[in-house]
Amino acid sequence: MSTTAVPPRTSNPRKILVLGATSGIAEATCRIWAAEGAHLFLVARNAEKLAAVASDLRTRGAAFVDTAVADLDDTDSHHALLTHAVNSLAGMDVAYLAHGILGDQPAAEQDFNTAAQILHTNLTAPVSLLTWLSNYCVPRHTGTLAILSSVAGDRGRKSNYVYGSSKAGLSAFVSGLRNRIDREGVTVLTIKPGPTRTAMTAANPKSAKYADPDKVAKSIAAAIAAEKDQIYVPFIWQPIMFIIRNIPERIFKKLNL
Amino acid sequence: MSMSDPYRLKDASQIPSAPFESWGRYPTYPAHTVPLHWQSDFASASAGLHNGGALAVGMGRSYGDSCLLKDGNLFVTTGMNRLISFDPATGLLTAEAGITLAQILDFCVPRGFFLPVSPGTKYVTLGGAIANDIHGKNHHSAGTFGCHIVQFELLRSDGTRRLCTPDQNPDWFTATIGGLGLTGFISWATLRMKPIVSRMIDYEGIQFHGIDEFLSLTEQARNLEYTVSWVDVTSTGKNFLRGIFMQGDHSPLPAELKPSPEPKLVFPFEAPGFALNHATVSLFNTAFFHKQIHKRVVALQDYEPFFYPLDKVLHWNRMYGKGGLLQFQYAIPWEHAREATVAVMKEVAKSGLASFLAVLKAFGDVPSPGMMSFPLPGITLALDFPIKPDKSFPLFERLADMTREFGGRLYPAKDAAMTASQFQAFYPQWEQFARYRDPLLTSSFWERVTGDRLPL
Repeated sequence: MSTTAVPPRTSNPRKILVLGATSGIAEATCRIWAAEGAHLFLVARNAEKLAAVASDLRTRGAAFVDTAVADLDDTDSHHALLTHAVNSLAGMDVAYLAHGILGDQPAAEQDFNTAAQILHTNLTAPVSLLTWLSNYCVPRHTGTLAILSSVAGDRGRKSNYVYGSSKAGLSAFVSGLRNRIDREGVTVLTIKPGPTRTAMTAANPKSAKYADPDKVAKSIAAAIAAEKDQIYVPFIWQPIMFIIRNIPERIFKKLNL
Repeated sequence: MSMSDPYRLKDASQIPSAPFESWGRYPTYPAHTVPLHWQSDFASASAGLHNGGALAVGMGRSYGDSCLLKDGNLFVTTGMNRLISFDPATGLLTAEAGITLAQILDFCVPRGFFLPVSPGTKYVTLGGAIANDIHGKNHHSAGTFGCHIVQFELLRSDGTRRLCTPDQNPDWFTATIGGLGLTGFISWATLRMKPIVSRMIDYEGIQFHGIDEFLSLTEQARNLEYTVSWVDVTSTGKNFLRGIFMQGDHSPLPAELKPSPEPKLVFPFEAPGFALNHATVSLFNTAFFHKQIHKRVVALQDYEPFFYPLDKVLHWNRMYGKGGLLQFQYAIPWEHAREATVAVMKEVAKSGLASFLAVLKAFGDVPSPGMMSFPLPGITLALDFPIKPDKSFPLFERLADMTREFGGRLYPAKDAAMTASQFQAFYPQWEQFARYRDPLLTSSFWERVTGDRLPL
């Protein structure tokens, strides 16, 4: 194992790559960075929504905003996309992976293609992105990779286990990645939000009672600045998921979760 | 333990309808709430809906039923809160219509800009402020909120979109300002902000007794930016119509323009119905009057307590208990303003129903840009009563009839009880306005005061 001196990590992120920038949590986090005058490169699928987010962030004070419309499911395009992004930013301090889909659990139970799509978008595509990004950061011994996983990945539940398993795989991948490259000077943060009031959950009638995305974003920005390894947001999900993870299977299998 | 499942995707039309309440918490009607996050969501949310099927709602801070649609679809716009541009040279701010005035202030105050017109709460959306052509303590000098709207985009359910300015589509501009959200969907708007150098307000509070003292203070303050009065409506005899005249102006001394802290207090529970009775409200009113020990108090005050004293306590409307509260706000032209105010206050005192908050203000003569705008040159009085069905509604009806006799009108944004004939007398232009209504859009208020279910 090498013991080369690791340069100090940047505590005030300036050049930030955001993948899935039109997601509710990502947009709220970007507003915090924009107000700090960050340089942002935003990637999303829908050009119109991406333009709306970009002009908001420019108005709020981002020193630089560039965008690319891309479907991140297309892993073949990742190399060119990410190369372009870091060139545009002239470097990269933070990569924030926030894209993902909820998927249709009942449909995925019946149709493998639906399940495979959820796994591809939420797990395979991030693995491709993280492979490139970690190969970018490791030789430089710097940078932060912040990945939006979910409390749903902590244990498979009947109501959303396809989405949950994609996030479980992602959490496991990220944990292993951190174990490998943290010692190289690259910070890897697993973010596990509970249900948050965004467009993704808007169709749920209880969505009004979910966590405020602005508060979730504040915790995420603070965790990135503090170079944490893993956070549950809101924090209450940490003890809740501790309990959920530790319910014996013979009881758990009978619960309606 | 049971955990709800947030991660099951549902079609918005499958969302079960749930009770939706306005700020007065009366009435409460079931509706499908459909959150909108993008400007393009209006078109997708409207697709497949029938005429008379939807209404855009922001923060739901209207008191009565103008932000409700019984068994319909409420398009909640607060997710559409992006800034589009800001020019510090001109103060022009363009933003999506679901942004709240609180969010606008958070952005603008540190940059040295303030709202051209502030209502009594900052928790309303830009779209809602336009749709109700709201007013504030500076109506006498600045006119309504709509006076400071430079342009907006209006989307219609037929898929058309219009840029509306005083010169371009001026009829739609006029119909939409104060148009109760019925002429179409406001996707974004440009507002002219005004420069400030400090958060502070040079404040002066002056005790007064009676309408004539109020009128002479109003006259003396005509060159000050902000004026408003709190009135004790529980006292009679020599204390009849006593109150505190509050006036202020932005401090000209440069000071730190830091953002506001988050509110921490939440009214924690629904107060029991008996909590606000004549005795407790009288006590409150007397205490409020005498809290200001001297006839005149001068202070340098932050803008938050000056403009938004009630915003400090989130959900303060719970204070009125389960039944909710009934607001009454009139505007009476100068010709009858004095006698009307005295007569209405006497009627209220006689009823024994205590109004916790009574606010009196002189409106100025800046013309309102909206076809259906509420303010007119004269006096406005706002009262609110806890709902006691046997007493509140008969009193309200008497007060509304008095308003009509004195040539005034009531404020739709605050109303839950005026009759169709009262409304049509207050706003004789309503039929002309109705031609601009989007056939998809209606509200429980509109149906109540027009009996209109069918598209025109």
